[in-house]
Amino acid sequence: MSGKSEKKAMALHTPMLNELETGPWPSFFSDLKEYSKKKPVVAQLLNQLEESYENKWNYWIGKVHNAPGYGGGIIARVSEKADKYPGLANFHTVRVIEPPGWVYSTEALRNLADTAERNGAGILQFHGMSGDILLLGFDDAGSLQCVEDLMHDGWDIGGSGAAMRTLQCCVGQARCEMACYDTMKATKHLTDTFIHYLHRPEFVYKFKFKLSGCGNDCSNSIVRSDMPIMGTWRGPMQVNQEKVAEFIDTKGLEYLIDNVLTRCPTRCLSVKGKTLVVDNENCVRCMHCINVMHHALAPGLDRGVTILIGGHRTLKIGDTMGSVLVPFMKLETEEDYDALVEFIERVWEFWNDNGMDHERIGEFIARIGMGTFLKGVGVEPDARMIRQPRTTSYIKFEELAPTKFEGEKKKDPPVWNREAESVETA
Amino acid sequence: MSDKPMAPRDQGAPDYNKYLHPLMAKNYGEWVSHDRLRPGVLVHTAKSGDKLYTVRAGSPRTMSADTVRKVCDIADKFCEGYLRFTARSNIEFLLGDKGQLDGLIQAVEGDLGWPLGGTGPSVSNVSHTQGWLHCNLPGSDAAGSVKALMDDLIDEFKNETLPNRVHISSSCCQINCASHGDIAIIVQHHHPPRINHANMQICELPKVVAICPAAAIRPAVVNGYESVEVVHEKCMYCGACHGQCPSMEIRDSETDTLSIWVGGKVSNARSAPTFMKLAVWGLPNNPPRWPEISEAVRRILAAYKEGAKPWERVGEWIDRIGWQRFFEKTGFPFTRYHIDDGPEALSNLNRSAMVRL
Repeated sequence: MSGKSEKKAMALHTPMLNELETGPWPSFFSDLKEYSKKKPVVAQLLNQLEESYENKWNYWIGKVHNAPGYGGGIIARVSEKADKYPGLANFHTVRVIEPPGWVYSTEALRNLADTAERNGAGILQFHGMSGDILLLGFDDAGSLQCVEDLMHDGWDIGGSGAAMRTLQCCVGQARCEMACYDTMKATKHLTDTFIHYLHRPEFVYKFKFKLSGCGNDCSNSIVRSDMPIMGTWRGPMQVNQEKVAEFIDTKGLEYLIDNVLTRCPTRCLSVKGKTLVVDNENCVRCMHCINVMHHALAPGLDRGVTILIGGHRTLKIGDTMGSVLVPFMKLETEEDYDALVEFIERVWEFWNDNGMDHERIGEFIARIGMGTFLKGVGVEPDARMIRQPRTTSYIKFEELAPTKFEGEKKKDPPVWNREAESVETA
Repeated sequence: MSDKPMAPRDQGAPDYNKYLHPLMAKNYGEWVSHDRLRPGVLVHTAKSGDKLYTVRAGSPRTMSADTVRKVCDIADKFCEGYLRFTARSNIEFLLGDKGQLDGLIQAVEGDLGWPLGGTGPSVSNVSHTQGWLHCNLPGSDAAGSVKALMDDLIDEFKNETLPNRVHISSSCCQINCASHGDIAIIVQHHHPPRINHANMQICELPKVVAICPAAAIRPAVVNGYESVEVVHEKCMYCGACHGQCPSMEIRDSETDTLSIWVGGKVSNARSAPTFMKLAVWGLPNNPPRWPEISEAVRRILAAYKEGAKPWERVGEWIDRIGWQRFFEKTGFPFTRYHIDDGPEALSNLNRSAMVRL
């Protein structure tokens, strides 16, 4: 920490924050209060926070500050109260790409703690809403040194701005029997393959991936990512009828009816004696029966992913929910991964060529229509992409329009004329 | 900067293989089932017969380097040096030896002071944003309000007595970084931005104009400054312009309020994922402990606990009983502001004669 104010401890004045010391939930305030004895700048932070509590007002302003070679990853903050709290004059956050699935060795965590403490205020957050590890409280030089130290130790910094953002995924096959693909491997693969786009904002706006091993969506992908990638399977689910019988013996037939059969969204479960009958053709892989009867039921063996597109929260056109783009593709072999990478590049190219400034891909699709989008990225329409066909009767049938309205044929086919060569759909 | 050569760039995501508990590494992709031994304790069984115990506890998300070291001491003593975090900032200590379970629980609850729970049908840790601690846009705090709320909901975190899991999120502005939840808390602004015309040169005016979802901002010269004006009738107080341009201040400590939204769900289980819907508005932004928020959340939880069937999430419960009953059972008033006038306005009306009478 290079701030000279460091040496002089500031007395804490936090009557309101002190009220966050009571109660059973662990208090970040008590922790930081104790830590401020070791790191005096933390006392300045808490005193400013106390003023925010008193005045219901915020004193942080953003600025731009980047590590050499990077266009994002440091979230620079300047305090409006720097005269009073000189240690907060520059008090930046460094985003660090988390290990996929948020798994850690203590060696790695200690390394992060030491790096954060050595170069800044020593405050860590596990994790930010985009999945990153957040290290708080660096001045300009401290943040640059922190980034260098992190990268010497094998870490890399996260995304910010109009870039691919840091990915996040569920624990996946490392500890979950329901994971239909290797979410950690896919997260690392996509991060590493596209790392240039994460560090150098050059898209029209941000683009997030979140990866979940099954439809339970523990990485919250469908509303929080531009491209949710969710595990699924083709063909029949696995049923262990002995365990089904055990389930009925233990829980009772009534429980099975009330909590499993009648909860199936496509009513594809029934019971004969103590045997579960599954109409696999109509199963939509919602995961409910497997969640309830996880000793007896499991996803099928021919596994892969469903790729969705366009989830994001409310700004600017209101919420968009991810919707099906590729109903099924395998994600196991090197060729599968190459196909996914190639597909993503095509989606990005069309969006970045045609999207407006600050337009998330879900907003872009809302503006141009999913039909046009599919044409643009070279994906055939599939009835599994929709809830129901259109109800609006005003349609521009390109094939049926008189020639004089078609306009001149363009010589170079735009990107949307490309074939969807390697994307496998079920 | 030191004299050392620049560190390597673009290294990508850390190699997770180095950070897997040995039993995770050994049984990767070979897990067959799991059980909950008690709230906060899971056991996963692999094809090999190996069992991996997980002790889940609520973390404060924000922690000092010294607290991180305390966490590491526990993981070194019991977990062979491995642990993980969940998407909702719970910590998970991973344990191979069941004989050590009691010792580990004692260390987490006793030494660290973090409560076990957040498993199964319980209130999990709150997804939250940065707030006054470190964000440039917040109208409220996050870490503090979450601490106060979870103090109040501690029994629902430590026990598995709800119909299904409840995910709560808390956001400090309308960008809503904490996103959807079964129950979600958001700040609400109540008037157009106040424009500092003399300081608009720090912003890119075309971007400020373009970002407005209501097309309410247009370029204007005001008092000789190149600036913008806001058409008040069109402005919906979202604050998108404030994120783009700090000279368009949207927050107001006198008039900002909080609202609570219900029925968001990302899981596909049983029913398709849903957005959250407005439940109650106009709650005061009341630091340091936001008691009105705790009271409202408790009311929703109590009605849900009493009325929902097992496995129903908050939104599914309301879908079954209808919004009229939701407002009756929680006692929140239903007002004209609950009726949507956004992009989903017409499809959110009851377009049928199906009415509970």
